[in-house]
Amino acid sequence: MNSISRRKLITGGAVTMAGVAGLAAADRMARRFGLIPPDGGGIYGPGETLTYAAQRVLGKHALAREFPRGMISKTPFMNEVAPHNDEFKRHQAVGFRDWTLTVDGMVAHPLTLTLADVRALGTRSQITEVVCEEGWSYVAEWIGTPVEAVLREAGTLPQVRYIVYTAMEKDGWDSLDMADALHPQTLLTWGMNDGDLPVGFGGPLRMRVPRQLGYKSVKYVMRLTAVDSMKGIGRGLGSAAAEGGYAWYSGI
Amino acid sequence: MTTPRHSALVRVTHWLTMVAFLALAITGYLIVLSHPRFYWGEQGNVNTKPLFSFHVPSSRDTVPTGYGYVLPDENGWSRYLHFEAAWLLVITGVVYGIAGFWSGHFRKDLWPVRGERSWPAYWRALRGVKDRDGVRTYNVVQRTVYLGVIFLLFPAVIWTGLALSPGFNAAFPFFVDVLGGRQSARTLHFFVSDLLVVFLVVHVVMIALNGFWALMWEMITGRAATSTTEVTEDAESD
Repeated sequence: MNSISRRKLITGGAVTMAGVAGLAAADRMARRFGLIPPDGGGIYGPGETLTYAAQRVLGKHALAREFPRGMISKTPFMNEVAPHNDEFKRHQAVGFRDWTLTVDGMVAHPLTLTLADVRALGTRSQITEVVCEEGWSYVAEWIGTPVEAVLREAGTLPQVRYIVYTAMEKDGWDSLDMADALHPQTLLTWGMNDGDLPVGFGGPLRMRVPRQLGYKSVKYVMRLTAVDSMKGIGRGLGSAAAEGGYAWYSGI
Repeated sequence: MTTPRHSALVRVTHWLTMVAFLALAITGYLIVLSHPRFYWGEQGNVNTKPLFSFHVPSSRDTVPTGYGYVLPDENGWSRYLHFEAAWLLVITGVVYGIAGFWSGHFRKDLWPVRGERSWPAYWRALRGVKDRDGVRTYNVVQRTVYLGVIFLLFPAVIWTGLALSPGFNAAFPFFVDVLGGRQSARTLHFFVSDLLVVFLVVHVVMIALNGFWALMWEMITGRAATSTTEVTEDAESD
């Protein structure tokens, strides 16, 4: 072995070892600061973790862009939903007057709120864009109650890391980390463009998460559950979407 | 062989970029199939008049295509892979960019050499006239194209891609606003990607025309394929 190849070998070995040590250190840091998403395993785990961690480091408290009233779309697209189940139809028949939002899990005061109770906790409106993973989008005014206000009323315990939200529709559940759950623009939406939120757009109650893609904004929400881990909830991937092959974190 | 034809840096980043770009291009076009319509400005959907649209079947039944069937949905894994490959591309690009300046790679190998920075030099290169017989180097057209791909197209495709991320746009709204809105960014992302695909096709065709295996050998091992001197002589327009 001549000296050049030995030097190459040593350099190559040092670079490889530094790389492995660096990755191990990054992994430990990411775990410690909660920067690994629930679907952060498997072959796409490194990419998802990098994306989620980068977003949380760069813009944890950033606000989604809001638009002037003149930009509200006159042709918003009402994405198709699965046929409503009988229970939903019963609620719809009486104008959703019996619709309730349950707040449970790791909270000091579990709640069951009517839509009027939810509204009484505070109102915020915003003109933001719904952005579908397919590529289309529209701007609308969304009126609702910040999730943060509901969680404050229930008193989430300090160890809570995710808020799971469940819809009346089959397979309609997802979860947010606390950065998005407590974000001022994350609304339990009940109004749209100065009127009630139409059923096609998620009425009577839709989660709106404007810093993430549209599929995170689950329609027909009826339950919030505070948890300290996604393990044991479904397959532990954080959402029905992730179980169907779509990333849990859709802020990209 | 004293100096390698391509440095280890160029070879490793070249192949990593190829892997990332192929994954990005394939998954990118698959994602387009879920909405093969393009718009200009901030917003656009099937209720909006498109700037242009492709008459292809779609993987969503909400898109009016004129076809009586819907393609299978490939967006889930396509999106996972697209963003993972984007990270590979960005990290590789950053390493290549820094090391390329540091080592003088851009100055020595890609910046047009003195005496070739003129339109006649471009014309001679395009006609295949070799000014520097026996010297294994890129001509001025190759250098210009490589610099354009490295410093214009790749940064532009990354910029327009980032402008499609709702989380990134919240943190840095400037990225999408200067492009004229979200749908403009998407349309530009598509066009810049297409230009990169055109570059890839021309690049591979030129390699095929100039001795495919000899040039592959050079980009893998760094050494010129010395046994086939004639091939290396001709292999200047990869």
